[in-house]
Parts: sequence; C-alpha cells; structure tokens
Amino acid sequence: MLDSGKSIGPLNAELLSWLEEVKDPEIPVLSLVDMGVITQAEVDGSVARVEMTPTFVGCPALEIMKQEVEQVITRHGFTPEVTVSFREPWSSDKMTEKGKAALKKFGLAPPPASAQVFHDLEILESATCPRCNGTNTELKNPFGPTLCRAIYYCHTCHEAFEQFKPV
Amino acid sequence: MSNLALKEILYKMADDLLVFGHRNSEWTGFGPLLEEDIAFSSMAQDKIGQSQALYQLLHQLGEQEPDTVAFTRNANQFHNCTLVELPNREYDFSLVRHFLFDTADALRWQMLMQSSYTPLAQLAAKVRGELRYHTLHANTWIKQLGSATEESIGRLQQSLNELAPYALGMFERSPYEDQLIADQIYEGEKALEARWQQAIEKTLAQTQLTSPDWKIQTPHLGGRVGEHTEHLQPLLDEMSEVFRIDPGAEW
Repeated sequence: MLDSGKSIGPLNAELLSWLEEVKDPEIPVLSLVDMGVITQAEVDGSVARVEMTPTFVGCPALEIMKQEVEQVITRHGFTPEVTVSFREPWSSDKMTEKGKAALKKFGLAPPPASAQVFHDLEILESATCPRCNGTNTELKNPFGPTLCRAIYYCHTCHEAFEQFKPV
Repeated sequence: MSNLALKEILYKMADDLLVFGHRNSEWTGFGPLLEEDIAFSSMAQDKIGQSQALYQLLHQLGEQEPDTVAFTRNANQFHNCTLVELPNREYDFSLVRHFLFDTADALRWQMLMQSSYTPLAQLAAKVRGELRYHTLHANTWIKQLGSATEESIGRLQQSLNELAPYALGMFERSPYEDQLIADQIYEGEKALEARWQQAIEKTLAQTQLTSPDWKIQTPHLGGRVGEHTEHLQPLLDEMSEVFRIDPGAEW
C-alpha cells in the first residue's frame, strides 16, 4: 500500500480504497493509488478532497483521471474537490511495490530507482525484460509510445519491450 | 514582489516552450529514423505540457486562461526568443538548435529550483526529471554525429555557426533583471549565459566541432519584447487554426 510517510497531505484509507478503482487509461492495470499520483485524500464532512500530481507535466491522461476521481467520489455520496498540484512532485519512486508488480505482469518493465538517474544515466542502458527476466537488453529509444515509457530490445528472448521510465 | 517582473519571466519561458514544442512537433512523421520521429514528438508533448503549466501560473496571477493566451495572441505579443521560431530546415539544423536551447532550458529550470516564488520552484523540481531525457538526447546525437563523418561534422558545424547569434538571443536581458535577482526569484540571464557557455563547450570538446567565438557574435535580440522574424506569425496561424474556428468549443 501507499506509504503515507512519503506524502505531505493526509491520506484517508477509505477514500484511497475508492480511488483504487480509477486506473491509468494508458496502463489499465495500474490504479492511481499504486501509481503514487494521489498526494492528498481527505474527508471533511460531506466533502472528499483529493489532490493529485501528474506523472509528466504534459500527461494528456490527467484530465480524464481527474474526471474519473470526481465520478467515483460522487458515486459514494460525497462532494468532490479535486485539485492538481506540483506541491509534492511525482517521481517514479512513488510507485508502490504492488503497482510495480502489476506493471511487470502487464508486460511493462517497472522503473528502477530514479535517484540513480541523476547520478548516472548509464542506468538507462539496460533493463530487465518483463517477459523472460533476461538482463542482456539494449536501450533502443529513451522516448516511447507515451511520455512515460522507453523502448528496449531483449537479446535473450528477441523481443522488444517497454520500460516505465525512471524520472 | 512585483507581479510585472514575475510575469515577464513566466511569459518568456512559456512562449519559448510553446513555440519550440510546436517546432518539435513538426518532425512528427518526418524524422530521419522512426526513433527520432518519436523522440521529437515526445519532447514536443513535454514542452507544450510545461508551457501550459507556466500559463496556468500566469492565470493564477490574473492573466487569461492558458488556451486563450496560447492561441489568441499575435506574434508581436509573444516573448519567445527568435531561436525557437526559426523553421526546422534539415535535421542537422534542428538537432543543433535542440542542443543549444535545451542545454539552456535545463540550466534555467535548475536555477529556478531555488526560486523564492514557490509555485515556480515546485514546477522546476517536477520538470527536472523530464529534462534529463531531453539533454541526454541532444548530447548523445551531438557527440555521435559531431565525431562521425566529414559530412555530419560539416553540417553540424555550419548549423552551429549560423545559430550562434540566435542562441545568444535567449539571454536577452529583462528590464526587471535586477529586481528578479534582488527578490531571489531568478539569478538572471547573465548567470545563465555563463553556465550555458561552459556546458556547451564541455560537450563540444568531446566532438570534432569547434565552439563559436561567442565574443564576436552579435546576439539576435528583440524576441523578448515582441520583435520577431517573419517565421513566427505563420507558425501561430497554423497552431491556432482549429482553436480560432470556434474559440468557445468544449473539448
């Protein structure tokens, strides 16, 4: 589950469990909670207040996810107040272990720890193949079909795969 | 703290990113390799997203909605440097411009992480990770093609020489320079320019390219105060064509 110690806002467990229903439209196995984009979830009387932060600033899925969060809250009988903020910027380290496991099962290599990216970009040079676990892989393009994915080739199973980018 | 000074820096950054994002997007479907097509398209999306976040900060300071600001102004109301509005031309030209601009852009955002204006400092912390991929991309290709064949080196060198005065236009001083520095919003264009030259030269030293002599260049100024080349207005016309058909449309 989400490590609330990482978040600056309060995280209401029940509200979070509702948000588990909302998935990233581009990666339908990953909930917003597991992705780590919920930075505040608070119930105040009849109002459910949620603060979210985008994975990438230009993420086109953000508006859709925001609307879905509002719908889920409304369905549970609360008034939604959903805001987008950079107060607590997202990094791929915010993704939960459960989320990383779901990504791998989906066929996307989970992101390695991003702190290393800033010290040594060579971390991007290889990734573990989500299909065969092979490590003899090659970075083909740090830019992929969506802003958050890079393209690799696995020399063990001879298949291309994508990795969720560390950022 | 003066809002005018703050708005000036936000506008020039947002306009740089919007216009450059649009130029990057013109590579979609035309890249020399599929990978480059995807790279320029992805960087375009990042930059336009970053410009939108900056227009949003301006909106919070009382300016119009981001879409209105982006799509309804004319060229003389834009504050981007002229470097970013030049047409893409061939790949070598686009690549050198990408290297010159993104090196400065990454350093500018890095400086802004210390800004006393919290919303900007927070955005800077977010954008930092994204920009690493842009500078990685630029540096990788400059190093490879800058040390490859006679043709690739010659083409890059020619583009570098031609773009040098435009690149210096990125650092056109703002009338609020002293105030931004005093208020610790931003360390200023002079400081950025010095760091940028060092970074550019460090990468070029790893290639067979020669750094332009910056001292003898005449910077191409004016972009920050709305004086643009003839290339900006057609870009804006194309970018806003759909918006202008029905400005009130719900998307």
